[in-house]
Amino acid sequence: MLTITDLHKSFETADAPMPVLRGVDMEIATGECVALTGESGSGKSTLLHLVAALDTFDRGSITLDGQEFSGMGDTARANLRRTRIGVIFQQFNLIPSLSVGDNLSFHARLSDRYDAAWQAELTERLGLSELVHRWPEQLSGGQQQRVAVGRAIAARPALVLADEPTGNLDEATGSAVMDLLLDLVAETQATLLMVTHSGALAARLNRRIHLRHGRVAEVAAA
Amino acid sequence: MTGLILRTLLSHWRSRPFQIVTLLLGLIVATALWSGVQAINAEARASYAQAAATLGTDRFDSLRPRGAQRFDQRAYVALRRAGWLVSPIVEGDLRLDGARFRVLGIDPVTAPADLPARPDLQGDALTGFLGQAGLILTGAQTAGRLPADADLPPVRVMDGIAPRTLVMDIGTAQRLLGMSGQLSRLIVLPEAQDGIPPLAVAGIEWNRIAPRGADGGIAALTDSFHLNLTAFGFLAFAVGLFIVYSSIGLAFEQRKPMLRTLRALGVPLRLLMLVMVVELTALALLAGIAGVALGYLIAASLLPDVAATLQGLYGAQVSGTLSLRPAWWLTGLAIAMGGAGLAAADTLWRTARMPLLSAALPEAWHGAQRRAQRVQGIAALGCFALAAVLSQTASSLTAGFVLMGALLIGAALSLPVMLSVILGLGARRARGPLAQWGWADARQQMSRLSLALMALLLALSANIGVGTMVMSFRDTFTGWLDQRLVAEVYVTASDAAQGQEIQRWAQGRVDAVLPIWSTETRLGDMPASIYGVAQHATYSDHWPLIEELPDAWQSLASGQAAMINEQMAGRRDLSPGDRITVPLPDGGEWPMIVAAIYSDYGNPTDQVMVDVDLLSERFPDIERLRFALRTDQTAEIIAEARDRFALPSDQITDQAAIKALSLAIFERTFTVTGALNVLTLAVAALALLTAMLTLQLMRLPWLAPLWAMGLTRAALARAELLKVMALALLTAILAIPVGLGVAWVLTNVINVTAFGWRLPMNVYPADWLRLIGLSLLTAAIAAGLPVLRLARTAPRTLLGVFASER
Repeated sequence: MLTITDLHKSFETADAPMPVLRGVDMEIATGECVALTGESGSGKSTLLHLVAALDTFDRGSITLDGQEFSGMGDTARANLRRTRIGVIFQQFNLIPSLSVGDNLSFHARLSDRYDAAWQAELTERLGLSELVHRWPEQLSGGQQQRVAVGRAIAARPALVLADEPTGNLDEATGSAVMDLLLDLVAETQATLLMVTHSGALAARLNRRIHLRHGRVAEVAAA
Repeated sequence: MTGLILRTLLSHWRSRPFQIVTLLLGLIVATALWSGVQAINAEARASYAQAAATLGTDRFDSLRPRGAQRFDQRAYVALRRAGWLVSPIVEGDLRLDGARFRVLGIDPVTAPADLPARPDLQGDALTGFLGQAGLILTGAQTAGRLPADADLPPVRVMDGIAPRTLVMDIGTAQRLLGMSGQLSRLIVLPEAQDGIPPLAVAGIEWNRIAPRGADGGIAALTDSFHLNLTAFGFLAFAVGLFIVYSSIGLAFEQRKPMLRTLRALGVPLRLLMLVMVVELTALALLAGIAGVALGYLIAASLLPDVAATLQGLYGAQVSGTLSLRPAWWLTGLAIAMGGAGLAAADTLWRTARMPLLSAALPEAWHGAQRRAQRVQGIAALGCFALAAVLSQTASSLTAGFVLMGALLIGAALSLPVMLSVILGLGARRARGPLAQWGWADARQQMSRLSLALMALLLALSANIGVGTMVMSFRDTFTGWLDQRLVAEVYVTASDAAQGQEIQRWAQGRVDAVLPIWSTETRLGDMPASIYGVAQHATYSDHWPLIEELPDAWQSLASGQAAMINEQMAGRRDLSPGDRITVPLPDGGEWPMIVAAIYSDYGNPTDQVMVDVDLLSERFPDIERLRFALRTDQTAEIIAEARDRFALPSDQITDQAAIKALSLAIFERTFTVTGALNVLTLAVAALALLTAMLTLQLMRLPWLAPLWAMGLTRAALARAELLKVMALALLTAILAIPVGLGVAWVLTNVINVTAFGWRLPMNVYPADWLRLIGLSLLTAAIAAGLPVLRLARTAPRTLLGVFASER
């Protein structure tokens, strides 16, 4: 279970600290898929980064299955990201020096959770079997995002975070990638928190949490 | 509109001051080293020209007696009476407090009007010049170097006299040089008749020597030295340009969106290109001025060592102080602009061809790298093929340097290919994702780091090559000195009478007295020394012979054989068994067979060695001043000789002192080379540092996903440091065979053509280890700052990579 309580985060600016999150509270059950929506500047991506243990917050708390994020040092947060969280970025952010196959297995091997059979199945289901020896630069946007999905899921993380995962793809390709993502998340019983601007995508998840001015403005069932 | 575009382009540098600093720094360093070396060369060549003009050897024919260095001045009087328009010259070297000065005695009445050394004196000054006390004319710098307590005539400073040259009246020169009644040569006045005065006129067989050109002929000897400096200057310049290239390339990548926006807003491509060229020219001008100024400082600090080297190696007198020459400033600025243009050509070309809309595809580094490496590999093979052909055929200095250039360029071009193969193999064998990523990422970084690594390879190869040559030379030279300087004591008498006295005294006191007498002459068109040695085991047991006929030493005594030095054999294509003819002062000739060839390092001139008794018989006027003494009571003999003959310490020395002096001269000879070696390596380190710093800015999007997947910033920084050091280590290892190739070219091609002697090439693995350590240190220093910055990168900066709302 992911629990966020009274979360505050502000960024330093030349004049004064600029608050981005002003007391966010939410609870997401294990295996639940939640869409995080909101206007530009509402704090969606900042919240996602904090949940991904990529950044530290000023006040409040985040716990994942009882593990408290606050007070964690750099190494502990890195360990958390490596072992329990999978992130999918809008820009794919594949490692250009590694082949498609190596990109797919990279996170799982990094976290010592590599499972060859699962990897092979994942590759097959993502439709990447023919492409494992290629380089990321040789793939289309949709193919690259499928690799990014596979990389995030391969380690069977407890929490999958996705930041506009289909934002760079056309509608049909984006929809296909979403199908795969939701299937795999369901199969691995992971929790999914996804930032999106798309109402249609949000509608495919269990719940939608809408942020406004750094606070939860609305929680709605999809 | 132009001003607005320029301001917009310049705003890029305001936000990235570090980038403009590296660009300017690269250009300044490149220009400084190049123009510094050029300044040294220009100063030396100006000194040669001034010396030749002062001595009159640049324009006027000279008459010298065949086979002798001096002649009776009555011969001059006889020639004048016979209507020959000639003017007498007395020349020689004067040692004062260990410093050497060239004495030039002239006759102001008969000297050509346009001889720079001819004083424009009138009244009391002319009377003083010609008078009993005499007057020395010299340049201001030389006047300052004259010892205050030396017993010399009054000194007057005059412009236009070559460095370390003292001009005086003939009588004064004869007195100072101990050449009473003797002259060195005669200048033939322009209006004099052609041809050679007949033997009957003055009883002397003459050689008429044509003018040797503006540099007095010394340039031919010193060409190799200056070419060496130029090669080093060029190497440093090229390495510096690598920095400029990578800085300009990075600025282009970062300014791409700005350039696209400007184009989209309607700025014509031609105008955009023009403004970029103006911007580049302004930066190049700024860096050029600073670079030339820095080059001046470098040249000024190296020039005293260069002057000492040129004097030690070739006897060339070079001013130790640098003059500011406008042509040199302008050339320096032109070089800075040309260099900047060269480094920016690729960027300007890419700007001209840049599509208005950016492609959505990610950087296709893999395909591009493979294509680039294929082209580099083919070019490298071409260079190696050229080097292979030249290694068998090169017989001139220029061909030698082309061979070295082909070898170095081929090695630099093949470096990325070889590293890529090694890194690919490493990636294949790596265990664990991090190691696998490390190898693969290092391979990817190659496209951005390869220029800096090439610079490091060039600097290390040059270091290994020159270091191997110098150390081989040092080992050979010390071994050769041990063989050649066998006698325990060397003594030089003050005059011939004292020489006879010393010889008589020594014969009863030491095991052997071995005269070392010599004379200068011309064999064909070139000067040569004729040395006389005694028939003694000291020579036959130790003298370093390279090739010899049977019973070579015994055949010397018959007068029908001679030995020659290696450089003479090389220049004149002589081998044992060939014939040479030495002209004699009486007009006769001395034909001999070459019985052996001996090594003679450090001597620029040809040398013939004959039996000393025969030499003194056939050259009756020879100076009989030097002796080698064999004794086991060295200290006692030296002390007794000093007391008995009032000999100063520089006229009687033991073997160890001569060896120490020779080695000191040797070490100083390579001081400049050593300094340039260190500077080139420093520039390579700077190139690596700038490449690392610029690369760090571009690599954030590649590193951020790893951080997001659970690697700490410290772990990433460690991996980065390890990678750069591994690349530097591989580069250093690959530089060893290249450096040995350079050393082979230096010892077997360039030395042979430049100096006439061949060196055995030794290898020094300990020095390689030192250089490997140095390159690791270079890499650690170069990567230190970027890695530290990476370890301290704020999470917010890394998060910027993933921000979707950009």
